[in-house]
Amino acid sequence: MGRPDLEPTIGELLDRHGVSRRSFFKYCTAMASLLALPPLAARALASQLRSAQRPSVIYLSFQECTGCLESFTRSFAPTIENLIFNVISLDYDDTLMAAAGAQAEQAREQAMRSHYGKYLLVVDGAVPTGDGGVYHCAAGRTGLDILTECAKGAAAVVCVGTCASFGGLPFADPNPTGARAISTLVPDKPVVNVSGCPPIPEVIAGTLLQYVSSGRVPDLDAHLRPTVFYGNSIHDRCYRRPFYDQGKFAKTFDDEGARSGWCLYELGCKGPTTYNACATLKWNNAVSFPIQSGHPCLGCAEPDFWDRGSFYSPIPSPRWGKAGEVSPAQAGDIAAGAAVAGAAIGLGSVMLARQRIKRYQRQPPQQSEPRNEE
Amino acid sequence: MDLVDFARGPALKAAFIIFILGIVWRIVNVLLLRHKRILSEPRRSVGAALLAGLKGTGSRSWPHPEFIKRTVTGEALGYSYHIGLFIVILLFAPHIIFFGSFIGARWPALPNSVVTIFAVITLTLFVAVLARRLGHPVLRRLSNFDDFFSWFVVALLLVSGLMATAHVGAPYHTILGLHILSFDLLLIWYPFGKLMHAFYIFPTRAVDGYVMTRKGAPS
Repeated sequence: MGRPDLEPTIGELLDRHGVSRRSFFKYCTAMASLLALPPLAARALASQLRSAQRPSVIYLSFQECTGCLESFTRSFAPTIENLIFNVISLDYDDTLMAAAGAQAEQAREQAMRSHYGKYLLVVDGAVPTGDGGVYHCAAGRTGLDILTECAKGAAAVVCVGTCASFGGLPFADPNPTGARAISTLVPDKPVVNVSGCPPIPEVIAGTLLQYVSSGRVPDLDAHLRPTVFYGNSIHDRCYRRPFYDQGKFAKTFDDEGARSGWCLYELGCKGPTTYNACATLKWNNAVSFPIQSGHPCLGCAEPDFWDRGSFYSPIPSPRWGKAGEVSPAQAGDIAAGAAVAGAAIGLGSVMLARQRIKRYQRQPPQQSEPRNEE
Repeated sequence: MDLVDFARGPALKAAFIIFILGIVWRIVNVLLLRHKRILSEPRRSVGAALLAGLKGTGSRSWPHPEFIKRTVTGEALGYSYHIGLFIVILLFAPHIIFFGSFIGARWPALPNSVVTIFAVITLTLFVAVLARRLGHPVLRRLSNFDDFFSWFVVALLLVSGLMATAHVGAPYHTILGLHILSFDLLLIWYPFGKLMHAFYIFPTRAVDGYVMTRKGAPS
């Protein structure tokens, strides 16, 4: 029975749209599997999801390329249409919404007023803070101003993509716009980082779903990422890992090793230092992921990945300064300089030692104290 | 800048400079300090003495038959962990990439599992070496800070390397940073401690062989 005084629950909405009980349970089972929950948790998830109200979601975009939203719209489980029509109430997204200009801004303000303290703020992109934040303006206001206003009444902030999570490309050296990660600008709200360039669509959708079903932010790692998706390194879950263990590496992109599917570690793969679900959830409905397609992991889900030298420089490569990987010539120059300095110090210390010996030899021999013969 | 970037960046650069500078400094010292003249009448020619010195670098690497019963434990432990270190340091794929960056060449690696087994054996031998040093009444009295700290620096490198390989203790990135930092520490300590024996051992054997042969003693 409906409750005219309250907004409909997700279960009521599904009933209204004619979604069968079987379909709903299949959906919840798939979600429980995606979230790595035990099989029995699917029932609890279904119960929680049916009785939950759709949270209002405000989606803000700042310094970004819309790649994260493009990724989000390719979610297969849950699908984007299922998510935004049944699980959440997407009240503002200037890219997806039909309204524009003043009408769009009114929709955002209306949603913020109606759901103050309860709505979910999803942010895509870093926020420029340099020169008063003038490098990103919408509706005559700076991005920093909009973020501050929207974050004030939000229950939690979900940062979608590496730019929102860690600053990403706009934050990369020399960061001319003073771009900053959202977590540094919203210190008083729970922040969830869904990093990746872009993040895996199922990870974005799954994080939102987990929040809706549990009513709280999920367990997070040190970088505020949901541990359920970012708990393992790509290297640990990579299907090429056995080749790493056997010491079989592709040396170039077209050698026998590359054609045989050997490990891409020597070609700069950042899998061992990157925590994400690419190797398990994969992309495009679990068809493939970059390493499976023959390209090393770039480490896009980690902080500062743009500033860590060449994508093709192996992890153990020494890096001296901004030039990136050390070249033998550079190492030789530095070694030569150090050797000259060492020789000079050695020569100096030898001369000092010889002077000391000469001084010692010039001294008259000291007579020893007469020993007590008692 | 995170721990790995610091360890393989400025810290490694500084350690590398100190390593080269220190080694050259100490070698120059040894070469230019005054040496005692050989006052004995030359019994053998310079050529024969040089040849004997060269031979001594190899022959002195093997225990003398007369003392082998007393020195066999130390010799066996020493040789075993040196071979283990050689394999772990030079035949592990990530290490080959690391050292290859400096010299512009790479060489074939052993499978990781094989290197890991050698690393575990080497670490075990290292513990045995320390136990022997502490348990042996003469060795214990001969030992000083240099012996223990040199042991600690190499053992730290082995332990952190094994932790990075096994992904235990902390995220891989953190352990990798600590592992590279411990290598930086090794480079800094190398010229000033007993690890410097790697540069001294063969030249000193050659010089001893030369001097003894000139004096007429069999080397």
